[in-house]
Amino acid sequence: MSDCKCKDKDLNIVCRCEDITIEEVRAYIDNGVTDLEQLKRMLRVGMGPCQGRTCTPIIIRELSVATGKPVGEVPLTTFRPPTSPVKLGVLAGGEEDD
Amino acid sequence: MTRTADAVVIGGGIVGCATAYNLAKKGLKKVVLVEERYLAGGATGRCGAGVRMQWGTEPNCVLSRDSIKIFENLEEELSYHDSIEFKQSGYLLLAYNEKMVEQFHKNLGLQHKLDIPSRWVTPEECQDLVPHISLQGLHGGTFCHKDGHCNPFKATDAYAKAAQRLGVEILTYTKVTNLLQDRDKISGVETTAGIIETPLVIGCAGAHTMELGRMVGVELPIYPERHQILVTEPVAEKQGPMIMSFYHGIYCQQVPHGGFVMGLGDPNEVKDYDEDSSWQFMHEMAAKITFILPALKDLNVVRQWGGLYDLTPDKTQILGAIPEVPGFYVAAGFSGHGFMIAPVVGELMADVMLGEQPKYPIDMYGVKRFESGELYVEPSVV
Ligand SMILES: Cc1cc2nc3c(=O)[nH]c(=O)nc-3n(C[C@H](O)[C@H](O)[C@H](O)COP(=O)(O)OP(=O)(O)OC[C@H]3O[C@@H](n4cnc5c(N)ncnc54)[C@H](O)[C@@H]3O)c2cc1C
Repeated sequence: MSDCKCKDKDLNIVCRCEDITIEEVRAYIDNGVTDLEQLKRMLRVGMGPCQGRTCTPIIIRELSVATGKPVGEVPLTTFRPPTSPVKLGVLAGGEEDD
Repeated sequence: MTRTADAVVIGGGIVGCATAYNLAKKGLKKVVLVEERYLAGGATGRCGAGVRMQWGTEPNCVLSRDSIKIFENLEEELSYHDSIEFKQSGYLLLAYNEKMVEQFHKNLGLQHKLDIPSRWVTPEECQDLVPHISLQGLHGGTFCHKDGHCNPFKATDAYAKAAQRLGVEILTYTKVTNLLQDRDKISGVETTAGIIETPLVIGCAGAHTMELGRMVGVELPIYPERHQILVTEPVAEKQGPMIMSFYHGIYCQQVPHGGFVMGLGDPNEVKDYDEDSSWQFMHEMAAKITFILPALKDLNVVRQWGGLYDLTPDKTQILGAIPEVPGFYVAAGFSGHGFMIAPVVGELMADVMLGEQPKYPIDMYGVKRFESGELYVEPSVV
Protein backbone atom coordinates (compact mmCIF):
# COMPACT_ATOMS: atom_id res chain seq x y z
CA MET A 1 0.00 0.00 0.00
CA SER A 2 1.47 3.40 0.83
CA ASP A 3 5.22 3.79 0.77
CA CYS A 4 6.16 4.14 4.42
CA LYS A 5 8.47 7.08 4.88
CA CYS A 6 9.01 5.99 8.48
CA LYS A 7 10.55 8.49 10.84
CA ASP A 8 12.41 7.63 14.01
CA LYS A 9 11.34 4.14 15.08
CA ASP A 10 11.40 5.15 18.75
CA LEU A 11 8.63 7.68 18.29
CA ASN A 12 5.13 6.70 19.28
CA ILE A 13 3.17 6.31 16.09
CA VAL A 14 -0.58 6.76 16.67
CA CYS A 15 -1.74 6.82 13.06
CA ARG A 16 -0.05 4.00 11.18
CA CYS A 17 -1.58 4.86 7.81
CA GLU A 18 -0.22 8.38 7.81
CA ASP A 19 2.76 7.89 10.07
CA ILE A 20 1.76 10.44 12.70
CA THR A 21 3.23 10.41 16.21
CA ILE A 22 1.54 11.17 19.50
CA GLU A 23 4.02 14.03 19.90
CA GLU A 24 2.74 15.65 16.70
CA VAL A 25 -0.84 15.28 17.86
CA ARG A 26 -0.01 16.78 21.26
CA ALA A 27 1.76 19.72 19.65
CA TYR A 28 -1.41 20.64 17.75
CA ILE A 29 -3.57 20.17 20.85
CA ASP A 30 -1.20 22.42 22.82
CA ASN A 31 -1.67 25.04 20.11
CA GLY A 32 -5.40 25.02 20.75
CA VAL A 33 -6.61 22.62 18.06
CA THR A 34 -8.90 20.64 20.33
CA ASP A 35 -11.39 19.05 18.02
CA LEU A 36 -11.01 15.91 16.01
CA GLU A 37 -12.38 17.43 12.78
CA GLN A 38 -9.58 20.01 12.79
CA LEU A 39 -6.86 17.54 13.80
CA LYS A 40 -7.90 15.24 10.99
CA ARG A 41 -7.65 18.02 8.44
CA MET A 42 -4.37 19.47 9.68
CA LEU A 43 -2.55 16.21 10.36
CA ARG A 44 -4.40 13.66 8.20
CA VAL A 45 -4.98 11.41 11.23
CA GLY A 46 -7.84 9.12 10.29
CA MET A 47 -7.63 9.97 6.60
CA GLY A 48 -5.79 6.80 5.62
CA PRO A 49 -7.15 3.46 4.49
CA CYS A 50 -8.18 2.38 8.01
CA GLN A 51 -10.12 5.63 8.54
CA GLY A 52 -9.03 6.06 12.11
CA ARG A 53 -9.78 2.63 13.54
CA THR A 54 -6.46 2.67 15.41
CA CYS A 55 -5.76 6.32 16.05
CA THR A 56 -9.20 7.72 16.84
CA PRO A 57 -9.58 6.08 20.29
CA ILE A 58 -6.07 7.20 21.28
CA ILE A 59 -6.61 10.77 20.09
CA ILE A 60 -10.03 10.94 21.74
CA ARG A 61 -8.34 10.12 25.05
CA GLU A 62 -5.80 12.90 24.49
CA LEU A 63 -8.59 15.37 23.65
CA SER A 64 -10.54 14.28 26.70
CA VAL A 65 -7.55 15.04 28.92
CA ALA A 66 -6.93 18.38 27.20
CA THR A 67 -10.53 19.61 27.29
CA GLY A 68 -11.72 17.98 30.50
CA LYS A 69 -14.62 16.42 28.60
CA PRO A 70 -15.46 12.77 29.29
CA VAL A 71 -14.31 10.47 26.46
CA GLY A 72 -17.92 9.78 25.46
CA GLU A 73 -18.58 13.50 24.89
CA VAL A 74 -15.66 14.26 22.56
CA PRO A 75 -17.32 14.68 19.13
CA LEU A 76 -16.26 12.17 16.46
CA THR A 77 -15.71 12.88 12.78
CA THR A 78 -18.00 11.72 9.99
CA PHE A 79 -17.14 8.26 8.78
CA ARG A 80 -16.63 8.34 5.00
CA PRO A 81 -17.30 5.43 2.66
CA PRO A 82 -15.88 3.04 1.56
CA THR A 83 -15.51 0.99 4.76
CA SER A 84 -12.44 -0.67 3.29
CA PRO A 85 -10.37 0.34 0.25
CA VAL A 86 -11.77 -0.65 -3.17
CA LYS A 87 -9.95 -0.53 -6.51
CA LEU A 88 -11.14 1.96 -9.12
CA GLY A 89 -11.11 -0.83 -11.70
CA VAL A 90 -13.48 -2.88 -9.55
CA LEU A 91 -15.78 0.08 -9.00
CA ALA A 92 -15.80 0.74 -12.72
CA GLY A 93 -17.13 -2.77 -13.17
CA GLY A 94 -14.27 -3.97 -15.35
CA GLU A 95 -12.69 -6.36 -12.89
CA GLU A 96 -13.70 -8.95 -10.34
CA ASP A 97 -13.00 -8.09 -6.71
CA ASP A 98 -10.04 -10.02 -5.35
CA MET B 1 -23.93 39.38 25.99
CA THR B 2 -23.66 42.29 23.57
CA ARG B 3 -20.36 43.32 22.10
CA THR B 4 -19.32 45.67 19.33
CA ALA B 5 -17.14 45.32 16.25
CA ASP B 6 -16.02 47.46 13.33
CA ALA B 7 -16.94 44.65 10.95
CA VAL B 8 -18.34 41.15 11.14
CA VAL B 9 -17.37 38.52 8.59
CA ILE B 10 -19.84 35.63 8.35
CA GLY B 11 -18.26 32.33 7.27
CA GLY B 12 -14.88 30.76 8.03
CA GLY B 13 -14.03 29.35 4.61
CA ILE B 14 -11.14 30.65 2.52
CA VAL B 15 -13.15 33.68 1.36
CA GLY B 16 -14.18 34.77 4.87
CA CYS B 17 -10.66 34.25 6.25
CA ALA B 18 -9.01 36.11 3.35
CA THR B 19 -11.48 39.00 3.70
CA ALA B 20 -11.00 39.24 7.48
CA TYR B 21 -7.22 39.23 7.00
CA ASN B 22 -7.36 42.01 4.41
CA LEU B 23 -9.73 44.15 6.52
CA ALA B 24 -7.31 43.92 9.45
CA LYS B 25 -4.31 44.50 7.21
CA LYS B 26 -5.95 47.71 6.02
CA GLY B 27 -6.10 48.84 9.62
CA LEU B 28 -9.59 47.95 10.77
CA LYS B 29 -9.23 47.35 14.52
CA LYS B 30 -12.09 45.12 15.64
CA VAL B 31 -12.97 42.51 13.09
CA VAL B 32 -14.94 39.45 14.24
CA LEU B 33 -15.31 36.35 12.07
CA VAL B 34 -18.24 34.07 12.91
CA GLU B 35 -18.24 30.44 11.73
CA GLU B 36 -21.05 27.98 12.40
CA ARG B 37 -18.81 24.89 12.32
CA TYR B 38 -15.01 24.94 12.30
CA LEU B 39 -12.69 26.75 9.86
CA ALA B 40 -12.86 25.24 6.35
CA GLY B 41 -15.84 23.13 7.50
CA GLY B 42 -17.86 24.16 4.42
CA ALA B 43 -17.04 23.94 0.72
CA THR B 44 -13.42 25.04 1.27
CA GLY B 45 -12.45 21.94 3.24
CA ARG B 46 -14.30 19.68 0.81
CA CYS B 47 -13.01 21.08 -2.46
CA GLY B 48 -10.47 20.00 -5.04
CA ALA B 49 -8.53 23.21 -4.35
CA GLY B 50 -7.41 23.40 -7.96
CA VAL B 51 -6.27 26.79 -9.22
CA ARG B 52 -6.26 27.60 -12.93
CA MET B 53 -6.05 30.66 -15.15
CA GLN B 54 -7.62 28.86 -18.11
CA TRP B 55 -11.10 30.34 -18.12
CA GLY B 56 -13.58 31.43 -20.75
CA THR B 57 -14.52 34.86 -19.43
CA GLU B 58 -12.26 37.82 -18.74
CA PRO B 59 -13.31 38.30 -15.09
CA ASN B 60 -12.45 34.73 -14.13
CA CYS B 61 -9.17 34.84 -16.08
CA VAL B 62 -8.06 38.02 -14.34
CA LEU B 63 -9.17 37.06 -10.83
CA SER B 64 -7.49 33.66 -11.04
CA ARG B 65 -4.34 34.89 -12.77
CA ASP B 66 -3.72 37.45 -10.04
CA SER B 67 -4.74 35.08 -7.24
CA ILE B 68 -2.22 32.51 -8.46
CA LYS B 69 0.47 35.19 -8.17
CA ILE B 70 -0.58 35.61 -4.54
CA PHE B 71 -0.65 31.82 -3.89
CA GLU B 72 2.93 31.63 -5.18
CA ASN B 73 4.09 33.78 -2.25
CA LEU B 74 1.31 33.17 0.24
CA GLU B 75 3.39 31.43 2.91
CA GLU B 76 5.74 34.38 2.95
CA GLU B 77 3.06 37.06 2.85
CA LEU B 78 1.21 35.45 5.75
CA SER B 79 4.37 34.35 7.65
CA TYR B 80 3.00 30.81 7.67
CA HIS B 81 5.32 28.32 9.28
CA ASP B 82 3.66 25.30 7.74
CA SER B 83 3.24 24.58 4.00
CA ILE B 84 0.13 25.25 1.93
CA GLU B 85 1.36 22.41 -0.36
CA PHE B 86 1.05 24.53 -3.49
CA LYS B 87 1.89 22.39 -6.53
CA GLN B 88 2.20 24.26 -9.81
CA SER B 89 2.34 21.48 -12.41
CA GLY B 90 -0.31 22.85 -14.69
CA TYR B 91 -3.85 21.99 -15.74
CA LEU B 92 -4.47 19.98 -18.86
CA LEU B 93 -7.99 20.62 -20.19
CA LEU B 94 -9.09 17.89 -22.58
CA ALA B 95 -11.25 18.27 -25.70
CA TYR B 96 -13.33 15.32 -26.92
CA ASN B 97 -15.26 16.89 -29.80
CA GLU B 98 -14.99 19.63 -32.42
CA LYS B 99 -17.23 22.02 -30.50
CA MET B 100 -14.84 21.88 -27.55
CA VAL B 101 -11.82 22.38 -29.78
CA GLU B 102 -13.48 25.53 -31.08
CA GLN B 103 -14.39 26.79 -27.59
CA PHE B 104 -10.84 26.09 -26.35
CA HIS B 105 -9.32 28.09 -29.19
CA LYS B 106 -11.65 30.94 -28.39
CA ASN B 107 -10.62 30.73 -24.74
CA LEU B 108 -6.91 30.69 -25.72
CA GLY B 109 -7.44 33.90 -27.69
CA LEU B 110 -8.90 35.60 -24.63
CA GLN B 111 -6.25 34.15 -22.30
CA HIS B 112 -3.38 35.33 -24.49
CA LYS B 113 -4.79 38.87 -24.53
CA LEU B 114 -4.58 38.70 -20.74
CA ASP B 115 -0.97 37.37 -20.70
CA ILE B 116 -1.96 33.91 -19.55
CA PRO B 117 0.71 31.39 -20.69
CA SER B 118 -1.68 28.71 -21.96
CA ARG B 119 -1.24 26.76 -25.20
CA TRP B 120 -2.90 24.22 -27.48
CA VAL B 121 -1.55 20.67 -27.15
CA THR B 122 -2.07 17.79 -29.58
CA PRO B 123 -3.14 14.34 -28.29
CA GLU B 124 0.49 13.18 -28.47
CA GLU B 125 1.64 16.22 -26.51
CA CYS B 126 -1.07 15.42 -23.95
CA GLN B 127 0.62 12.06 -23.56
CA ASP B 128 4.01 13.72 -23.09
CA LEU B 129 2.50 15.69 -20.21
CA VAL B 130 0.51 12.78 -18.73
CA PRO B 131 2.02 9.49 -20.00
CA HIS B 132 -0.83 7.32 -18.69
CA ILE B 133 -3.55 9.19 -20.61
CA SER B 134 -5.58 7.25 -23.18
CA LEU B 135 -5.78 8.68 -26.70
CA GLN B 136 -9.22 7.22 -27.28
CA GLY B 137 -11.55 9.94 -28.54
CA LEU B 138 -9.07 12.65 -27.58
CA HIS B 139 -8.93 15.68 -29.91
CA GLY B 140 -6.24 17.53 -27.94
CA GLY B 141 -6.34 20.04 -25.16
CA THR B 142 -4.97 23.19 -23.64
CA PHE B 143 -2.25 23.44 -21.02
CA CYS B 144 -1.05 26.17 -18.69
CA HIS B 145 1.99 25.36 -16.55
CA LYS B 146 1.18 28.04 -13.96
CA ASP B 147 -2.02 26.28 -12.90
CA GLY B 148 -2.02 23.86 -9.98
CA HIS B 149 -3.58 23.16 -6.61
CA CYS B 150 -2.91 23.45 -2.90
CA ASN B 151 -4.06 22.13 0.45
CA PRO B 152 -7.29 24.02 1.27
CA PHE B 153 -7.14 23.46 5.06
CA LYS B 154 -3.63 24.82 5.23
CA ALA B 155 -4.36 27.81 2.99
CA THR B 156 -7.37 28.72 5.15
CA ASP B 157 -5.36 28.17 8.31
CA ALA B 158 -2.63 30.44 6.94
CA TYR B 159 -5.11 33.29 6.39
CA ALA B 160 -6.83 32.68 9.74
CA LYS B 161 -3.59 32.69 11.74
CA ALA B 162 -2.36 35.85 10.00
CA ALA B 163 -5.72 37.50 10.62
CA GLN B 164 -5.59 36.58 14.31
CA ARG B 165 -2.12 38.03 14.62
CA LEU B 166 -3.55 41.30 13.29
CA GLY B 167 -6.24 41.22 15.97
CA VAL B 168 -9.14 39.49 14.22
CA GLU B 169 -11.29 37.52 16.63
CA ILE B 170 -12.51 34.18 15.29
CA LEU B 171 -15.61 32.59 16.82
CA THR B 172 -16.08 28.97 15.71
CA TYR B 173 -19.13 26.81 16.46
CA THR B 174 -21.12 30.05 16.46
CA LYS B 175 -23.97 30.62 14.04
CA VAL B 176 -25.39 33.90 12.79
CA THR B 177 -29.13 33.61 13.34
CA ASN B 178 -30.25 37.09 12.25
CA LEU B 179 -29.03 40.35 10.79
CA LEU B 180 -30.11 43.49 12.63
CA GLN B 181 -31.07 46.76 10.95
CA ASP B 182 -31.61 50.33 12.02
CA ARG B 183 -34.19 51.32 9.43
CA ASP B 184 -32.44 49.93 6.35
CA LYS B 185 -28.86 50.15 7.55
CA ILE B 186 -27.07 47.18 9.10
CA SER B 187 -26.66 47.62 12.86
CA GLY B 188 -25.51 44.21 14.02
CA VAL B 189 -25.71 40.45 13.89
CA GLU B 190 -27.47 38.09 16.24
CA THR B 191 -25.49 34.90 16.91
CA THR B 192 -25.84 31.80 19.04
CA ALA B 193 -23.26 33.50 21.31
CA GLY B 194 -25.10 36.81 21.63
CA ILE B 195 -25.43 40.04 19.67
CA ILE B 196 -22.54 41.82 17.99
CA GLU B 197 -23.26 45.47 17.15
CA THR B 198 -21.55 46.54 13.93
CA PRO B 199 -22.13 48.84 10.96
CA LEU B 200 -20.41 46.51 8.46
CA VAL B 201 -21.30 42.92 7.66
CA ILE B 202 -20.08 40.67 4.88
CA GLY B 203 -21.74 37.37 4.03
CA CYS B 204 -19.15 34.77 2.93
CA ALA B 205 -21.34 31.84 3.88
CA GLY B 206 -21.25 29.90 0.61
CA ALA B 207 -24.67 28.59 -0.40
CA HIS B 208 -26.04 29.72 2.96
CA THR B 209 -25.50 33.35 1.96
CA MET B 210 -28.94 33.13 0.37
CA GLU B 211 -30.39 32.70 3.87
CA LEU B 212 -28.44 35.71 5.13
CA GLY B 213 -30.02 37.76 2.32
CA ARG B 214 -33.49 36.64 3.38
CA MET B 215 -32.80 37.93 6.91
CA VAL B 216 -32.81 41.45 5.43
CA GLY B 217 -35.47 40.83 2.81
CA VAL B 218 -33.11 40.41 -0.14
CA GLU B 219 -33.50 37.49 -2.54
CA LEU B 220 -29.99 36.48 -3.72
CA PRO B 221 -29.96 34.07 -6.67
CA ILE B 222 -27.62 31.50 -5.07
CA TYR B 223 -28.49 27.81 -5.06
CA PRO B 224 -26.75 24.91 -3.29
CA GLU B 225 -25.75 21.92 -5.40
CA ARG B 226 -23.95 18.84 -4.12
CA HIS B 227 -20.66 17.85 -5.77
CA GLN B 228 -18.88 14.66 -4.85
CA ILE B 229 -15.22 13.79 -4.74
CA LEU B 230 -12.96 10.92 -3.70
CA VAL B 231 -9.33 10.20 -2.88
CA THR B 232 -7.18 7.14 -3.44
CA GLU B 233 -4.37 5.68 -1.38
CA PRO B 234 -1.08 7.58 -1.77
CA VAL B 235 1.34 6.28 -4.41
CA ALA B 236 4.68 7.45 -5.83
CA GLU B 237 4.42 10.55 -7.99
CA LYS B 238 3.15 9.75 -11.48
CA GLN B 239 0.93 12.65 -12.55
CA GLY B 240 2.08 16.26 -12.72
CA PRO B 241 -0.84 18.18 -14.21
CA MET B 242 -4.44 18.26 -13.04
CA ILE B 243 -6.54 16.87 -15.86
CA MET B 244 -10.04 18.09 -16.56
CA SER B 245 -12.63 17.01 -19.12
CA PHE B 246 -15.75 19.12 -19.56
CA TYR B 247 -17.09 16.38 -21.84
CA HIS B 248 -17.08 13.84 -18.99
CA GLY B 249 -17.58 16.51 -16.36
CA ILE B 250 -14.58 15.34 -14.33
CA TYR B 251 -11.25 16.46 -12.90
CA CYS B 252 -8.37 14.46 -11.41
CA GLN B 253 -5.10 15.45 -9.78
CA GLN B 254 -2.37 13.82 -7.74
CA VAL B 255 -1.72 15.79 -4.56
CA PRO B 256 1.83 16.08 -3.14
CA HIS B 257 0.92 13.63 -0.39
CA GLY B 258 0.50 11.01 -3.16
CA GLY B 259 -3.25 10.40 -3.32
CA PHE B 260 -5.29 11.02 -6.46
CA VAL B 261 -8.20 13.39 -5.82
CA MET B 262 -11.02 13.32 -8.36
CA GLY B 263 -14.54 14.64 -8.69
CA LEU B 264 -17.37 14.99 -11.11
CA GLY B 265 -20.28 17.31 -11.78
CA ASP B 266 -23.67 15.65 -12.15
CA PRO B 267 -26.06 17.68 -14.34
CA ASN B 268 -29.05 15.95 -12.70
CA GLU B 269 -28.11 16.86 -9.16
CA VAL B 270 -31.02 18.45 -7.27
CA LYS B 271 -30.53 21.88 -5.77
CA ASP B 272 -30.52 21.39 -2.02
CA TYR B 273 -28.26 21.22 1.02
CA ASP B 274 -27.53 17.47 0.84
CA GLU B 275 -23.80 16.87 1.47
CA ASP B 276 -23.89 13.07 1.73
CA SER B 277 -21.87 10.83 -0.52
CA SER B 278 -23.49 8.29 -2.80
CA TRP B 279 -22.53 4.85 -4.06
CA GLN B 280 -23.57 5.81 -7.62
CA PHE B 281 -20.96 8.56 -7.67
CA MET B 282 -18.14 6.08 -6.97
CA HIS B 283 -19.17 3.89 -9.87
CA GLU B 284 -19.62 6.73 -12.33
CA MET B 285 -16.38 8.40 -11.28
CA ALA B 286 -14.46 5.13 -11.54
CA ALA B 287 -15.90 4.35 -14.97
CA LYS B 288 -15.04 7.79 -16.37
CA ILE B 289 -11.56 8.07 -14.90
CA THR B 290 -10.50 4.57 -15.97
CA PHE B 291 -11.60 5.47 -19.51
CA ILE B 292 -9.39 8.58 -19.56
CA LEU B 293 -6.56 7.26 -17.34
CA PRO B 294 -6.77 3.44 -17.58
CA ALA B 295 -3.65 2.93 -15.44
CA LEU B 296 -5.47 4.21 -12.37
CA LYS B 297 -7.62 1.08 -12.24
CA ASP B 298 -5.32 -0.55 -9.68
CA LEU B 299 -5.53 2.33 -7.21
CA ASN B 300 -7.57 1.83 -4.07
CA VAL B 301 -10.19 4.43 -3.17
CA VAL B 302 -9.88 5.21 0.53
CA ARG B 303 -12.46 7.96 1.08
CA GLN B 304 -15.28 9.79 -0.64
CA TRP B 305 -17.24 12.84 0.48
CA GLY B 306 -19.54 15.57 -0.78
CA GLY B 307 -19.68 19.36 -0.61
CA LEU B 308 -21.84 22.18 -1.87
CA TYR B 309 -21.33 24.45 -4.83
CA ASP B 310 -22.99 27.85 -4.40
CA LEU B 311 -24.35 28.34 -7.90
CA THR B 312 -25.63 31.52 -9.57
CA PRO B 313 -27.61 31.65 -12.82
CA ASP B 314 -24.52 32.72 -14.84
CA LYS B 315 -22.03 30.62 -12.80
CA THR B 316 -20.18 33.78 -11.83
CA GLN B 317 -19.76 35.02 -8.26
CA ILE B 318 -21.71 37.87 -6.65
CA LEU B 319 -19.35 40.43 -5.12
CA GLY B 320 -20.07 43.80 -3.60
CA ALA B 321 -22.56 45.91 -1.70
CA ILE B 322 -26.26 45.09 -1.50
CA PRO B 323 -27.73 48.47 -2.40
CA GLU B 324 -31.00 48.09 -0.46
CA VAL B 325 -29.16 47.41 2.82
CA PRO B 326 -26.33 49.87 3.48
CA GLY B 327 -23.50 48.14 5.34
CA PHE B 328 -24.30 44.68 3.96
CA TYR B 329 -21.84 43.10 1.52
CA VAL B 330 -21.74 39.73 -0.16
CA ALA B 331 -18.97 37.52 -1.58
CA ALA B 332 -20.66 34.28 -2.59
CA GLY B 333 -22.11 32.36 -5.50
CA PHE B 334 -18.68 31.08 -6.55
CA SER B 335 -20.18 28.26 -8.62
CA GLY B 336 -17.34 25.82 -7.97
CA HIS B 337 -14.30 28.05 -8.38
CA GLY B 338 -14.16 30.21 -5.25
CA PHE B 339 -11.05 28.70 -3.81
CA MET B 340 -8.74 29.78 -6.63
CA ILE B 341 -9.90 33.40 -6.69
CA ALA B 342 -10.20 33.92 -2.92
CA PRO B 343 -6.85 35.76 -2.49
CA VAL B 344 -7.91 38.60 -4.80
CA VAL B 345 -11.56 38.51 -3.70
CA GLY B 346 -10.41 39.07 -0.10
CA GLU B 347 -8.50 42.18 -1.17
CA LEU B 348 -11.31 43.56 -3.31
CA MET B 349 -13.92 43.06 -0.61
CA ALA B 350 -11.80 44.81 2.02
CA ASP B 351 -11.37 47.74 -0.39
CA VAL B 352 -15.07 48.19 -1.15
CA MET B 353 -16.14 47.72 2.48
CA LEU B 354 -13.78 50.49 3.54
CA GLY B 355 -15.02 52.80 0.80
CA GLU B 356 -11.79 52.62 -1.19
CA GLN B 357 -11.36 52.18 -4.91
CA PRO B 358 -10.77 48.47 -5.52
CA LYS B 359 -7.80 47.46 -7.67
CA TYR B 360 -10.15 46.39 -10.47
CA PRO B 361 -13.70 47.48 -11.16
CA ILE B 362 -16.11 45.02 -9.57
CA ASP B 363 -19.46 46.47 -10.63
CA MET B 364 -19.99 43.70 -13.14
CA TYR B 365 -20.10 41.16 -10.30
CA GLY B 366 -22.91 43.08 -8.56
CA VAL B 367 -26.26 41.50 -7.79
CA LYS B 368 -28.01 44.04 -10.04
CA ARG B 369 -26.82 42.19 -13.14
CA PHE B 370 -29.58 39.64 -12.69
CA GLU B 371 -32.16 42.43 -13.11
CA SER B 372 -30.44 44.19 -16.00
CA GLY B 373 -29.61 40.91 -17.74
CA GLU B 374 -25.90 41.76 -18.25
CA LEU B 375 -24.72 38.28 -17.34
CA TYR B 376 -21.24 36.78 -17.61
CA VAL B 377 -21.93 33.18 -18.54
CA GLU B 378 -18.83 31.09 -17.83
CA PRO B 379 -18.51 28.25 -20.39
CA SER B 380 -15.66 26.37 -18.69
CA VAL B 381 -17.02 24.79 -15.51
CA VAL B 382 -17.37 21.21 -14.28
C1 LIG C 1 -16.44 18.97 -4.45
C2 LIG C 1 -16.00 20.38 -4.68
C3 LIG C 1 -14.86 20.64 -5.45
C4 LIG C 1 -14.42 21.94 -5.68
N1 LIG C 1 -13.28 22.16 -6.39
C5 LIG C 1 -12.78 23.41 -6.51
C6 LIG C 1 -11.55 23.65 -7.15
O1 LIG C 1 -10.88 22.73 -7.61
N2 LIG C 1 -11.09 24.92 -7.24
C7 LIG C 1 -11.80 25.97 -6.73
O2 LIG C 1 -11.36 27.11 -6.85
N3 LIG C 1 -12.98 25.78 -6.11
C8 LIG C 1 -13.48 24.53 -5.98
N4 LIG C 1 -14.68 24.34 -5.35
C9 LIG C 1 -15.42 25.50 -4.89
C10 LIG C 1 -14.83 26.04 -3.60
O3 LIG C 1 -14.83 25.01 -2.63
C11 LIG C 1 -15.65 27.20 -3.07
O4 LIG C 1 -16.00 28.09 -4.09
C12 LIG C 1 -14.86 27.96 -2.01
O5 LIG C 1 -14.30 27.08 -1.07
C13 LIG C 1 -15.76 28.95 -1.38
O6 LIG C 1 -15.25 29.38 -0.16
P1 LIG C 1 -16.18 30.20 0.79
O7 LIG C 1 -15.33 30.66 1.88
O8 LIG C 1 -16.94 31.19 0.00
O9 LIG C 1 -17.31 29.16 1.27
P2 LIG C 1 -17.29 27.98 2.34
O10 LIG C 1 -15.98 27.32 2.44
O11 LIG C 1 -18.49 27.14 2.08
O12 LIG C 1 -17.46 28.75 3.69
C14 LIG C 1 -18.70 29.24 4.14
C15 LIG C 1 -18.75 29.02 5.62
O13 LIG C 1 -19.88 29.72 6.15
C16 LIG C 1 -20.36 28.99 7.24
N5 LIG C 1 -21.74 29.43 7.50
C17 LIG C 1 -22.84 29.23 6.75
N6 LIG C 1 -23.91 29.80 7.31
C18 LIG C 1 -23.48 30.39 8.45
C19 LIG C 1 -24.12 31.16 9.47
N7 LIG C 1 -25.43 31.43 9.44
N8 LIG C 1 -23.36 31.60 10.50
C20 LIG C 1 -22.03 31.33 10.55
N9 LIG C 1 -21.37 30.64 9.61
C21 LIG C 1 -22.09 30.17 8.57
C22 LIG C 1 -20.23 27.55 6.79
O14 LIG C 1 -20.19 26.66 7.91
C23 LIG C 1 -18.94 27.56 6.00
O15 LIG C 1 -17.81 27.14 6.74
C24 LIG C 1 -15.15 23.03 -5.13
C25 LIG C 1 -16.29 22.79 -4.35
C26 LIG C 1 -16.71 21.48 -4.11
C27 LIG C 1 -17.92 21.25 -3.26
